[in-house]
Amino acid sequence: MKNLYLIAYLDLKESLRSKWFLVYSLVFGGLIALFFIAGVTESQVMGFSGLSRLLLMYIQITIVILPIFILITTVRSISGDRDSHVLEYMLSFPISLKQYYWGKVIGRFITVFLPVFFAMLIAIIYGATKSVAIPWNIFFLYTGLLFAISSAFLGIAFFISSFVKSSEVALGIAFFIWIFLLAFIDIGLIALMMQERMSTELIIFISMINPMEIFRVAAISLFDPQLTVMGPVAFYILDSMSQTVFVLISIGYPVVLGLIFAFLGYKIFEKKDLV
Amino acid sequence: MIKISNLTKKFASNISLNNVSCEFNRNDSIALMGANGAGKTTLVRSIMGYYHPTSGEVLINGLNPIKNRLNVLEHISFVPQLPPPIKLSIEELLKYIEIGARVDKELVKHYANEMKLDINMNMNKSFFKLSGGMKQKLLIAISLAKKNDIIIYDEPTANLDPKARDDFYRLLKQNEEEKVLLFVTHRLEEVQDLVNRQIYMDLGEIVSDERF
Repeated sequence: MKNLYLIAYLDLKESLRSKWFLVYSLVFGGLIALFFIAGVTESQVMGFSGLSRLLLMYIQITIVILPIFILITTVRSISGDRDSHVLEYMLSFPISLKQYYWGKVIGRFITVFLPVFFAMLIAIIYGATKSVAIPWNIFFLYTGLLFAISSAFLGIAFFISSFVKSSEVALGIAFFIWIFLLAFIDIGLIALMMQERMSTELIIFISMINPMEIFRVAAISLFDPQLTVMGPVAFYILDSMSQTVFVLISIGYPVVLGLIFAFLGYKIFEKKDLV
Repeated sequence: MIKISNLTKKFASNISLNNVSCEFNRNDSIALMGANGAGKTTLVRSIMGYYHPTSGEVLINGLNPIKNRLNVLEHISFVPQLPPPIKLSIEELLKYIEIGARVDKELVKHYANEMKLDINMNMNKSFFKLSGGMKQKLLIAISLAKKNDIIIYDEPTANLDPKARDDFYRLLKQNEEEKVLLFVTHRLEEVQDLVNRQIYMDLGEIVSDERF
């Protein structure tokens, strides 16, 4: 355990010093600052106002940029170390592969999750100082969703990182996965529905296994139970299960998905040539 | 200590090691030589447990380096040809080595001083920001402080100036007893005074193995 924490701690420290982390934190922190400067909390659009409106905008932007940020920064974690021969040297010491791999996963999870969480927390604190009503239910839901989506994409990124030998290829695969899942949020699904060659259940199933779609529906369902702003897929989803069950699935499923991918990545890392 | 039996390693259709067999015993000091692509690095990586053999086996003190990775690496010190761009500070790198491999940090500093490298001045500096020579000296100091009975150096003097090379040879002379020293090198003259065995590889095979 000592080595696991040590590796997590060192990976965290290394990430905190890196330029990508600075950009990553500035983007999410900057988004919140920009919303306040732009007076989003004072506006009312489609029934959302105050901090709820701000958090909704934050989460809508996050759904697009958070996965790609996590993928491109994490996918090089092991493949980059392999590429640059860092892995060859670091693993020449008697540190188990399990501790090395999971230590990296823990360190990187803290690095990617904390900035997006803190950005939201800053919004809440700033809102409190301005005596704006704080939507705690939304804050907790979004914290859970951000935790879940971070887990899912971190797991996928470590999975890719474990079998790809060059970090360029890893980046290419990461970008493809992001575009693919993003396309299946709306564009792909709508195209499928328009063609009417596939059953509705299959289309719903495709949308339900996509962590980005599930995140998006869960993020807005709390505001808009009629789902007037969400479209047909969300309507079908919430027609077949209660909102509470769906919210639990939308947090539980991406976490499990991330763990499965991270575990598969570990198995590959353990079984393949290390360098 | 190291027993390699009929070791073959293929990468796709490319045979990197072809049925290699040899033994390295205590007090063997070996210069492992050969042209680029001869299989030297693959052999070293197989000993370290980085590669899964296509066939054959490697045993270190009777243990498989993949299945008994931790036990095997307790006995091996390794210095790569090019210092990797580790982004940790020296302080953090030493912490990793101290906790992970139970290497005495003060001993690393002692050997670094012997190599004319003052690491106290650079503890907060990232390892990759050190000069090539400083990195190599630190890795050598770590390998000596690890006090293992198998020491593997891949072109250890590539980044060292003549004075640093002398310091390196002097320290190795003091620490070579009862060990296996394996030098991967292209220049025999650089390690001639240290080695008592010369192995030459070509196209994945050992073509000569001489003791002197």
